Parts: sequence; C-alpha cells; structure tokens
Amino acid sequence: MEVGKVKRVAGPLVQATGLKASMYDLVLVGEEGLMSEVIGISGNKYIIQVYEDTGGVRPGEPVKETGAPLVAQLGPGILTQIYDGIQRPLPMLAAASGDFISRGLFVDGIDHKKKWEFKPTAKKGDVLKPGQAFGEVQEQLLIKHKIMVPPKHKGGAIKEIYAGNFNVDETIAVLEDGSKLTMMHKWPVRQARPVTKKLAPTIPLRTGQRVVDGFFSLAKGGTAAIPGGFGTGKTVMQQTLSKWADVDIVIYVGCGERGNEMADVLHEFPELQDPKTGRPLMERSIVYANTSNMPVAAREASIYTGMTTAEYYRDMGYDCMMTADSTSRWAEAMREMGSRLEEMPGEEGYPAYLGARLADFYERAGRAEVLNGGQGSISVVGAVSPPGGDFTEPVTQNTLRMVKVFWALDSKLTQRRHFPSINWLDSYSLYDQILEPWFIENVSPDWNKNKRRAMNILQENAELEEIVMLVGSDALPEDQQITLEVARMIINFWLAQSAFHPVDTFCPYKKQFDLLAAILKYRDYAFEAVQRGISVAEINSVPSKDALAKVRLEAEYEPILAKILAQMDVEFKALK
Amino acid sequence: MTKEYKTITEISGPLIFVEKTEPVGYMELVEIRTGGEMKRGQVLDSSDDIVVIQVFEGTGGLSKDTAVSFTGDVIKMPLSPGIVGRVLSGSGKPRDGGPEIVPEVLRDIAGAAINPASRGKPRSFIQTGISTIDGTNTLVRGQKLPIFSGAGLPHNDLALQIARQAKALGEAESFAVIFCAMGITNEEAQHFLADFERTGALERAVVFLNLADDPAVERILTPRLGLTTAEYLAFDLDMHVLIIYTDMTNYCESLRQMGAAREEVPGRRGYPGYMYTDLACQYERAGIIKGKKGSITQFPILTMPGDDITHPIPDLSGYITEGQIIVSRELHRKGIYPPVDIRPSLSRLMNSGIGKGHTREDHRAVSDQLYAYYAEGNDLRGLAAIVGKEALSERDKLVLEFADKFEKRFVNQGRDEDRSIFDTLQIGWDLLADLPEAMLTRIDDKYIKAYHPKYAASAAKK
Ligand SMILES: Nc1ncnc2c1ncn2[C@@H]1O[C@H](COP(=O)(O)OP(=O)(O)O)[C@@H](O)[C@H]1O
Ligand SMILES: [Mg+2]
Repeated sequence: MEVGKVKRVAGPLVQATGLKASMYDLVLVGEEGLMSEVIGISGNKYIIQVYEDTGGVRPGEPVKETGAPLVAQLGPGILTQIYDGIQRPLPMLAAASGDFISRGLFVDGIDHKKKWEFKPTAKKGDVLKPGQAFGEVQEQLLIKHKIMVPPKHKGGAIKEIYAGNFNVDETIAVLEDGSKLTMMHKWPVRQARPVTKKLAPTIPLRTGQRVVDGFFSLAKGGTAAIPGGFGTGKTVMQQTLSKWADVDIVIYVGCGERGNEMADVLHEFPELQDPKTGRPLMERSIVYANTSNMPVAAREASIYTGMTTAEYYRDMGYDCMMTADSTSRWAEAMREMGSRLEEMPGEEGYPAYLGARLADFYERAGRAEVLNGGQGSISVVGAVSPPGGDFTEPVTQNTLRMVKVFWALDSKLTQRRHFPSINWLDSYSLYDQILEPWFIENVSPDWNKNKRRAMNILQENAELEEIVMLVGSDALPEDQQITLEVARMIINFWLAQSAFHPVDTFCPYKKQFDLLAAILKYRDYAFEAVQRGISVAEINSVPSKDALAKVRLEAEYEPILAKILAQMDVEFKALK
Repeated sequence: MTKEYKTITEISGPLIFVEKTEPVGYMELVEIRTGGEMKRGQVLDSSDDIVVIQVFEGTGGLSKDTAVSFTGDVIKMPLSPGIVGRVLSGSGKPRDGGPEIVPEVLRDIAGAAINPASRGKPRSFIQTGISTIDGTNTLVRGQKLPIFSGAGLPHNDLALQIARQAKALGEAESFAVIFCAMGITNEEAQHFLADFERTGALERAVVFLNLADDPAVERILTPRLGLTTAEYLAFDLDMHVLIIYTDMTNYCESLRQMGAAREEVPGRRGYPGYMYTDLACQYERAGIIKGKKGSITQFPILTMPGDDITHPIPDLSGYITEGQIIVSRELHRKGIYPPVDIRPSLSRLMNSGIGKGHTREDHRAVSDQLYAYYAEGNDLRGLAAIVGKEALSERDKLVLEFADKFEKRFVNQGRDEDRSIFDTLQIGWDLLADLPEAMLTRIDDKYIKAYHPKYAASAAKK
C-alpha cells in the first residue's frame, strides 16, 4: 500500500501525490490519519475530500492508502445506534474524545467484542447462494437479524456450521471451498445492494397522519418528497413518520441539520412505543446525525451510509423506511465539493450531475424480491429545503422528477399554525390508483369515494374563495356558502393534526375514515336543509356541528361520534 | 518562533500570497509585521510553495517586503475568569484600556462540534417578559433564536429588553451576557453599552466591538471569539450565557467579500456556496451538554436587506436557527412596540419549554388559538378593504376585531414592561373571551372550563 504526500490543503479538500489508489478509495490524511476519500484523479494528482476538519494539516504530511472504498460494517448491533455520516457511533466518539467531536478517531460501526447467540438455519451440506441467509441472531427483543452470505460472495456448500455465542469476527460457518463466513461483512456505501427483482408497491405505508394516509398516501417501497421553506414542518413530519409508520425498521438520517433536533430524537425514541409492537421505538431505529456544523464531506456520505444499512435490513425481508433531513444539504455538500474541485457548475452552482445523483439515490428505494427469497422494501421520504421556499430551484425540481409523492408545504398554512402545512391542492400521490383496492378491502368500500368527495369540496372551496375575495361571502348562493363551511370543517377538523397532541399525533385508518364520513354526513344534511329552505345561519349553528371539532382529540372517539351523529339527525329534523 | 518571510508575491483586497519553504498548516495563524504594527492573518489555502492568507486588520500599508511569520498553530483565544467585565475589540484585543487577558486556557476559536449524542435537551423556560415571545414564541435555555429585522426598526431595544428581563422562572441566577458587535455604528454600540452600564449587566458581560469603521475582515473573527468565550463560561465555569450578536448581515457581507477576493464560484446572490455551513458553525454553538450546568443561548440580530425574508442571509439563518422573531415595519408604523409579527415568527423549542411543570397546561392551546385568529383576522383585513366591513359575516367581523385588539393589547407593551407569563396568558384569554366559546376549536374543553374568564370568574366567586 502506497504512502503519498499532501501537496495542498484548502478547506475540506486536499491534493496529494504519490498514490496508486482508485477513485472513491478511502485514504488517511496527515499525521492524524483523517478519514478521507479520493474524489478525483488527474495525472499523478489525487483530489481527496476529508471527512474531518482539516485545520492545521500541512503540505508534506503523509497520505496512507487503505485499498478499499468507504464501506459500512453490516452485522448485528446496528439497531439503536446513532452514527455520524461515516458510520462512527457517536457515543463511542464521545467516550473517546468528550462532548466535542475531535478528529482522527477511528471507531468500528458495530461492536466487535460483543457476543451474539448465532442460531443456524442451514445445515452441513446445504448449498448457499449469494445473499442467502444461513442463520439468525435475536438482535432486539422482536427483531431477528438474518445472517446472510455477502451478496458478492459466490456461496457454496456448507462444510461446517456452528451454533453458539460468537462475536462478529469469529467464524460461524465454513464452506466446501474453505471460505469462512462471519456475522459481519462490509459493503461499499456508494453501491446499491443487489436484489432479485424489483416489485411494484401495492400496500400503503400507514403513517397515522390524515392528510397523508387519507389524501396523499405513500406506498411501502415508495418515494416521497417534502419540500418547504424553513419552519414549515419538514422535520416534525419526518420525526412523526419515523415514530408511527408501520414499518419494521426506521433509518433516520439527519443530514446537515440541527444538533438539538437529533438530541430530540435520541431523547424521545427510547421513551416512545411503536404502536404496532408496544416496544420502544429506538429498538427498530438507526439514526445518522451529521449535523450542519459537522464536516460537509461526511454529510455527503451520510445519505449513502444510511441507504446501505436500509438495504441490508431490506435484504433480510424487512419493510424499512428511510427519512433524509435534508436532501438539500446533501446537494449543497456536493455543490461545495464541486466548486472546490473547480468543476463546471450547472444550474445555480450545483454540479451538472446533481440530477443523476438524486436519481441514483431514489432508485435504491423500492419493494423487491430479495436474494434470500421473500420480499422487503425501502420507502424513502426526503425533505427538501428550497432557498426562499421557492420550488422552482434545482434540487426540488430534480427531486420531483424522481419521487412519486409530493407533499407541498405551504408557509401560508404555517403562518396560521395549520399543521401539517401540506397544501391540499398542490400535493399529489401517484400511488393513488394502485392503493385503492387495498383501502377498499381493508378499511372501507367508501374510502376512495369519500376521499374524492372531500377533495372536490376543497377544490370548489378554492374557486369560491376567489369570488369571496371580490364580493364577500354573503353574496354567494346558499349552497355555496355551505360548501365554504364544510371545507372549513374538513380543513380544521380533519386535515389539521397536531404532532404534539398525545392522542391526535397518531390517527388509525378507521378513525380517519369515520371522522371524514361524519363531516360529509353533515354536508348532506346541510344541503338537504337548504333545499327545504332553511337559512344558512340556522344550518351553521346546529350544536352538533361544533361538537365535531374536537372528536379527533379523543382516543375512545366512537361512542362520542355516534352520539354526535344521532344528535345531528335530531337537530336537522327539528329545523323547520 | 519560526522563520520570517519577506516574500509576498501578491496583495489582493484582504488577501496576501506568500512564497515559503517550510510547510504551513491550513488555518494557521500568521503574524504580519509592518512598521511598528502587528497584523494577524489566517491561512486559507496552503500548498507546497505558496500560501494564501486573509489579513484580519486589512492589507492597507502592506508591501511586498512586509515580514510574514507563521506561528505553527491555529488561532486561539486566551481565556480566564477575568474576562468577565471586559470590553475587547472585534479581534479580541483590550478596548477598555485594561491589560491583555492573562490566559488560563487557550482555545481554538474554530470550535469543535458538540457531539449530538452529548447534547442535553433544552427545556427550561426563559421568561423575557415580552408577550409575543413568552406567550407565542417561547424561548428556552440553550436555544438559538435570532431577531430578523429591518433597517431603522427597534430591534436593538428589543434585544436589550430581553437581555435585561430574561430569567429562568424560580431561579435567582442571572445570565452572563456576551455582546458581539459586527460593523454597527459607534452610536448603536454606545446605546448597548450605556444600557448594560445602567442595569449593572456590564459586570457580568464580555463585550466584543467591531464597529462600522473597523476592518471588515475582522468581523469574521468576532463571533468566533464571542462563542469561544461563551463555551468557556458555560462549560468550564458553569454559567448560563446569553450571547447577542449584531449584525449578522455585516458578518455575511464580509464572507461575501472574502469569497469574491478568492474568486470563488459564488452561490445565490453572490454569497459563498458554503455560507450555510459557515453560519451553522456559529449558530450551532448554542445548547446544553448532558452533565454540565451551564448553557449557551443565542440571540443573533440581523437586518434583512430590503426587508426581504427570502434574501440568503435571513433564509440560510432561518434554516439553521431554532426559530426567528420577526420585527415588522408595518406594526412599527402603527406605533406598536415591540413590533413583532407573530405570524412568520417561530420558536421551534417552545414545545419542550411550556405546559405543565414549565409554564401552564393551557399554554400551547392558547397560543395556537391566538395564532389562528390573528392570522385569519389579518387575511380578513384585505377582504374588508375590498368589499367593506359590512359585507363580512358576523363571525368574520369578530375575527377582524380580534386581530386589532390582539395587536393593541397583546403585542403592544412598554419598553420597561416586564410581564409574567401568567399576565401574558391572561391577556390572551381576555381576548379570546370576546369570541363565542364554540369558536375556540383549538382549546380542549377542560382548559376552557379552568381558564376561560367566564368560568374562572364564577369559580373564583364560589
Ligand atoms: N404536525 C405538526 N403539529 C404541530 N406543530 C407542528 C407540526 N409541524 C410543524 N409544527 C411546528 O412548526 C415548527 C417548525 O417545524 P419543523 O418541522 O422544524 O420545520 P422545518 O423542518 O420545515 O424547518 C415546529 O417547531 C412546530 O412548532
Ligand atoms: Mg427542519
């Protein structure tokens, strides 16, 4: 392995000579051995991005090759971890260097000393294929970790296989050709892990958020973008989804965002319960925290590291969800590196390959038949932080070309404290049609009908509001005044949902459906009353209407809602 | 000390290019001697044979045979408890006629990132006595909450009022204040200093002054010095530190100037592409650390060029800080002080600092309800201007009136009026009580029963 020399240092970028490394190889820069990656080779000049702060590094210092690209360590012990962008466990860094992150520390992604009980699921003589599982480890109380032949290993017949307690470096199986298998393997993070076949997503990913599940639903294995200016609710939405989504594994990537938000996740997730299993959320979570003030090169890497661990659990047959907050910071890291490399900039200074990188990333999502047989999925939710909240900028536009669900955050709604501030007219889900049968079969035959009715009311409302702006609402015909009122109910009683209300933070499908159905019921009563010549003022002041406002805040809502509906029937019959 | 070079090959704006033979570290501190004066600089680009240096005190007076020496170390700030009460320049030199700081420790001013796993959760309510902050955009200890303002608006008065009144409920301890001025006028600076002196805050303050006529490049150092001091006071000496820096817009202009001098590919509107990261490296130096007593709370002030919140400086700041307090020209024109527009304002850490055990259980609901009707009332003003107030429905008229009263009674307060959080909530309830109870859709019934003046009064009578 060669040792080269630093020729130039400027920010996170170093130039060196005297190397033989390949593109994207990991190298160690300077006396302190800073983790770095080769990102350009021209003649004998190597351009290297350093994952750590470069202050004090001098020309002439050594650059050591490692002979391998940046890899993730994959094996039991990843769950519950909190990593920086290059899979260094942050608590280990704190143990090594205190409360402030210092540099030149090398820490393994998983614990190499810990013993796990390995239970073989294959036996001597079985022939293993690449990616095939041959045993398992109980990684968390409810999560089994499948031990698989590394996808690039050619596999073969098992000569010996051992049950018992091992660490991740110890041999647990030997194949006929003499190759030894352990519970861990490494995988280059920039490379997608192979699957047998990609499948179409047909099952919704339940989030417990009415505007998402009810209007713009995401599928398991689907992709969604949530763009919005600062303070419009990207982070809260990603955290809420990470809490309540009905997936097996959550990968939360804090990419160039706030330290306190990460601290929040770390404080909350161990305390909160997964609604599906009742176990602490942390047990199913992996957190990457490369905050805005941590090195940009590691920020750039964090998206890939996160995705690689997601793929690894998908390969075990799990449904995974990865949230990335924010993909814009990732794109900016690329831009920063690109401009230091003096590459020809594309739109707004972003590198010309921005679109391609985003595409590669979202392509790694999806539902798939995995090498081990069976199915797994990775759903991806990417936050986008457009400058000035303007969606015409390159990152938003390139992202929208890739993803199938668009949750458009709207700062006008934020200013009214309407949360989630997802604009109901601009947003869309291209999984709509595909998921319809599932909802009909599993929730209600009327699910889709009601959804479309509600959306039409909101559409009509938007048109009416323009007229109101010119003439005032009293000038509208009575049925249209009712429509305005019903739209207001859908918006305030149903679409609005506080992530911080102990009950309303999560709304099951049935409740979503019942609440909306009740509002639509009111609409039918109201229209019928208008036909009978009852005044709008009278209709709008039936007490049961106001009572609908807070049903969403009740956990045991069913008897309450039934009572309100019964009362509504009485009240409307009484209107003469 | 290392070798001295007289090999400047180029001087370009704030930059000098120096040929040298020994290896020089990136970000290394450089001393530049000219006449009797010593200037300081920092290495921005280091190659085998040449380095690029930014000179903090400006390149005026430098020539090709000026002596340059490399110190072999990055820039460090001398710190000791004696720094409290001192007035320093924007590059950390005494400005009060006092002696140099005798260091107990030297700290790299770049500051390392707090390990996210070591961060404590900020959750202690700070009462500022200002309703638009305490009631609807609550500040907590360890938060970074900037004031976004415009030229000529009373943001300085607001910042001073906060610095004067801020206290954690039920604790006698007051904040140590660090004040960093970057490119503000002498008059503005005196305004701050006089107020600190009047209230005795100066005794527990450290002041860094880079004024409008001081070198612009020095401004790049100022917040770093202030924050390094803040970390020392908070995490070595266990103090609760409030750091005010003004004006971040001037800081960013200096960054832009440096970028232009280095002929970098500019990002949006000419500001460097790395400005987000650079600002984050300042703003993120707020917070609390598990197991440590002290805290750093930041109040950066920035004036939005052209009152435009989408300008890169407020935009990037808003993406990093934990909310923003918006000072509005429109409210200022109406004679309302503090002219805080709550609609675009936000405190992201409010939730963890309010409610039962912090302020009061109904706080969140009251705040949400106030927001909803103030925002709606504001929208209705536009409508009323077109169709006339009479054309509005009864409900809309009530909401419109609510917005007016909200500005006069909740937003507006005296420059020395220090409202308790309970006073603030009471004003909120009094305003909401003018609306029919059925309109209070954001408030749980149990809070209405407990705090609505209608019930509270009868509860008191019993
Ligand atoms: N679903 C929600 N329910 C209640 N409050 C919300 C919700 N979403 C956002 N908020 C409020 O908005 C603030 C900003 O949201 P955040 O997700 O941090 O914005 P962004 O990440 O887009 O900058 C939060 O601190 C919170 O007060
Ligand atoms: Mg965010």
